Amino acid sequence: MATNSALMGFVHRRRRGAELFLLVLALVVGIGAYAAVGLGVDGEVPTNLIGYGGWLTVLTVAAHVAVRIVAPYADPVLLPVVAALNGLGLAIIHRLDLAKDTGLASQQLTWMTLGVVLFVGTLVVLPDHRLLARFTYTSGLAAIVLLILPMLPGIGRTINGAKIWIALGPFSFQPGEIAKVLLVVTFAGYLVVHRDALALAGRRVVFIDLPRGRDLGPILMMWVVSLGILVLQRDLGSSLLFFGLFLVMLYVATERPGWLVVGGLLFFGGATVAFRIFSHVQARVDIWLDPFADPDGSGYQLVQALYGFAWGGMVGRGLGEGMPERVPYAESDFILAAIGEELGLTAVMAVLLLYGLVVERALRAALISRDGFGKLVATGLGAVFALQIFVVIGGVTRLIPLTGLTTPFLSYGGSSLVANWVIIAILLRISDQARRPLPDLTETEDEDEQATQIVKVVPS
Amino acid sequence: MNKPIRAVSIFCMFLFLALMANVTYLQFWRSEELNKDPRNARVAAAAFSRERGLIQVGEEPIARSVPVDDQYKYLRVYPGKELYAPVTGYLQLGSQTGLERSQNEVLSGEDPRLFVNRLVDLLKGDTNQGGNVSLTLDPKAQRAAYRALRDTVGPDGEGSVVAIQPKTGRILAMVSFPSYDPNELASHSRDVREKAYDRLDANEHQPLLNRAIQTRLFPGSTFKVVTAAAAIEEGLYNQDDQVPSGATWQAPGTSGSQNVIDNEGRTGCSPAEISFAAAMENSCNTAFAKMAVKLGPKKLRETAEAFGFNSDYLEDLGPQARSVFPKEVVDTIDGEPQDPRELNDAETARSGFGQFSVQATPLQMAMVVSAIANRGGLMRPYLVDQIQTASFDVLETTEPEKLRDAISPQTAAQLTDLLVSTVDDGTASPAAIDGVKVAGKTGTAQRGVEGKAPYGWFVSFAPAENAEVAVAVMIQEAPGKEIAGGQLGGPIAKAVMEAVLNK
Repeated sequence: MATNSALMGFVHRRRRGAELFLLVLALVVGIGAYAAVGLGVDGEVPTNLIGYGGWLTVLTVAAHVAVRIVAPYADPVLLPVVAALNGLGLAIIHRLDLAKDTGLASQQLTWMTLGVVLFVGTLVVLPDHRLLARFTYTSGLAAIVLLILPMLPGIGRTINGAKIWIALGPFSFQPGEIAKVLLVVTFAGYLVVHRDALALAGRRVVFIDLPRGRDLGPILMMWVVSLGILVLQRDLGSSLLFFGLFLVMLYVATERPGWLVVGGLLFFGGATVAFRIFSHVQARVDIWLDPFADPDGSGYQLVQALYGFAWGGMVGRGLGEGMPERVPYAESDFILAAIGEELGLTAVMAVLLLYGLVVERALRAALISRDGFGKLVATGLGAVFALQIFVVIGGVTRLIPLTGLTTPFLSYGGSSLVANWVIIAILLRISDQARRPLPDLTETEDEDEQATQIVKVVPS
Repeated sequence: MNKPIRAVSIFCMFLFLALMANVTYLQFWRSEELNKDPRNARVAAAAFSRERGLIQVGEEPIARSVPVDDQYKYLRVYPGKELYAPVTGYLQLGSQTGLERSQNEVLSGEDPRLFVNRLVDLLKGDTNQGGNVSLTLDPKAQRAAYRALRDTVGPDGEGSVVAIQPKTGRILAMVSFPSYDPNELASHSRDVREKAYDRLDANEHQPLLNRAIQTRLFPGSTFKVVTAAAAIEEGLYNQDDQVPSGATWQAPGTSGSQNVIDNEGRTGCSPAEISFAAAMENSCNTAFAKMAVKLGPKKLRETAEAFGFNSDYLEDLGPQARSVFPKEVVDTIDGEPQDPRELNDAETARSGFGQFSVQATPLQMAMVVSAIANRGGLMRPYLVDQIQTASFDVLETTEPEKLRDAISPQTAAQLTDLLVSTVDDGTASPAAIDGVKVAGKTGTAQRGVEGKAPYGWFVSFAPAENAEVAVAVMIQEAPGKEIAGGQLGGPIAKAVMEAVLNK
């Protein structure tokens, strides 16, 4: 009789020491960049470097200790990667603070603190990610409520033409960021139950298995919701993100590329109609096609960003030596332009590789996860991350038309940062479950007990 | 579900590869093109933030960069203020005027001659420093010219002085009044510089204009020097000959009293024939009008062009107005432009004493006298003496360049005699300097506008036998003063000549 560990091929090691080592490197990036900003702009190391670096270290170590205790088998790479990104983001925001005389970096540090607290909280409250499956419909409802909130008078706020903000007292907040996580849970819960029906019924047209008409309901609903976001909230990015996310998860759950065809056609149909009807979509496309047509008006932000990237070149101007403040909203959507200008192509590549690592680690957790729900949640979170990176970075580098989305962990913004820390916590939880060695069942597998037909069920 | 997850992974990989390829294209292949884009204010701001080279006169910097504690690191200051402003111009974010503009490549360090220094700076980790530009201006002459002009025309006056070293073409003084303080325009505060610009731009006296090269007016009687040069060069008259004159002359082919050329009361011109010297000394309009008609418009124009009319010559500073002696005129009948025709006799007559449509800048008139002073050889005027590195190593010294022989040495010698006697015994006497032979000519040009004071001109050089300085003075406005003869311009020219000759 083969043991389970032999069946699995090998047993994952915990690798918490490796994580700690990588976290030290991440801290070197974050604190080093912060010090370099001070040197570049003022010619001296920032006076609060010890307090700042100390607090960053406390947060990082706290996250590490929490992982070590409650998710000891979790992936060791994810946390250091996001710690490095968050640290770099803080330094760049601080850089822009110095140029613009704002104080966003300290606010962002507060948000990061809240993010780490929620990260630890998620890991503690959620000993098993399958608990989330219980909230399939609750979280779906919550997501829809959150998406509608910005449209309510009184608390809704329109910022830069997109109605995706709500304001409660002094806090403003982008509910879409939280809705992103909730939707992943909802889709995964729904799809894991209905995947067979969605996968098996249908007919074959040419080479593609098309789904049954009645199974098109959910995808049509999601399509309508996405278009609703596009039309009512004027938020191109979120619309694209939610629909793409749903499509990817549907495809993974059903293993049927036919869904991608149907979804793709729906997307392009919707996008074409939206392009024809809505001036703001047309405007975005026009800017994308030729940002230099109106370099001081509609194309200003993108043109300034392109100049910034070009000005940075291969190795950048050096922190504090460029003019990243010339790009409007450089601290949020356009933070990559600031990195490109002052740290160059080298750093942009490094950032892209770090993001690639996050996606790769999420999808790896999905591959090795032993349950369908976990696979779907991990795939969904990985895909939403990848899509968001592609949409926002593709937008600021003029690969695709610009849509407003934050750059995860780098951009200034509380809701985004907090939501992303929670996403990482869920991913770590799934990878912890997947990498944890199975309980050794050989002791119970003797002839007598088999005969009694008592089976110990491990949830799967 | 692992198969589609793998497919999703590959899809995500392609997304990231697309991003990487695009950003590589942007930051590696396209960066040079974007960095050269003139609309890219980053490049201008970076150049603005660099330590720029000096503009200096002798040992004295008239434009330099001082470190400041703001976003641009260096502020451009102009210690010479109004005195040198028309020459230096000023530096603003993304724009420059004057020498700051014409010598921008050197001052900003982008000039190829500074390549080695750029390389050294790069290796040493220093920020790129611009090169220095050393000017030909003589600070004493410049100051003397500015003060004399300002004191003569008064605070609401307008005028210009240009002094040239005849043998080389070095510009020793270039003054335009009123001037402005370039420091305000170079301020890093948008508010300060915009207010200063708006105030200067709205000023009716146009202080931002460099009148020495940008204002072109009727040269009036100073143009008689050119007419005389043409006459002697063509063998029409010798300096000792008698020339036709007369109290008045009805311009040929015209009628009516407004077309009668007179001598504005200078009775020395009244005889039917007078000596060439007397005609010059008394600045007889009738004599030179008759001379011009005898020469014809073509000869007159050719001589004017030999002195530099109808062409550009100063390469160190722009923009410049081109001095004009018209090749042809275009009449308009009932608003319809007719075919161009040659100047008729009446027009040639008026052109002979610097009216009709002859127009000259102060620099042009300085060149006319400087060529006469240099035995007929017209040198290219220049302002930039040396290009230096930031550490004052000389990279290039401008070599004097002869544009052409405007007139023969014999003609020049005869003209010099005529002009010396004009100072000694004639209208140009206010420019006389004790112990030095000075050659000079006055000019008063009607504006062609009834009731407005004329423009005053004065051209001179000294010492006449071996000139070290040639000066042109132009007075455009001098409220409350009578602009006539050499009364206003002469003393200014004298002050400049004395400053150069150390008298």
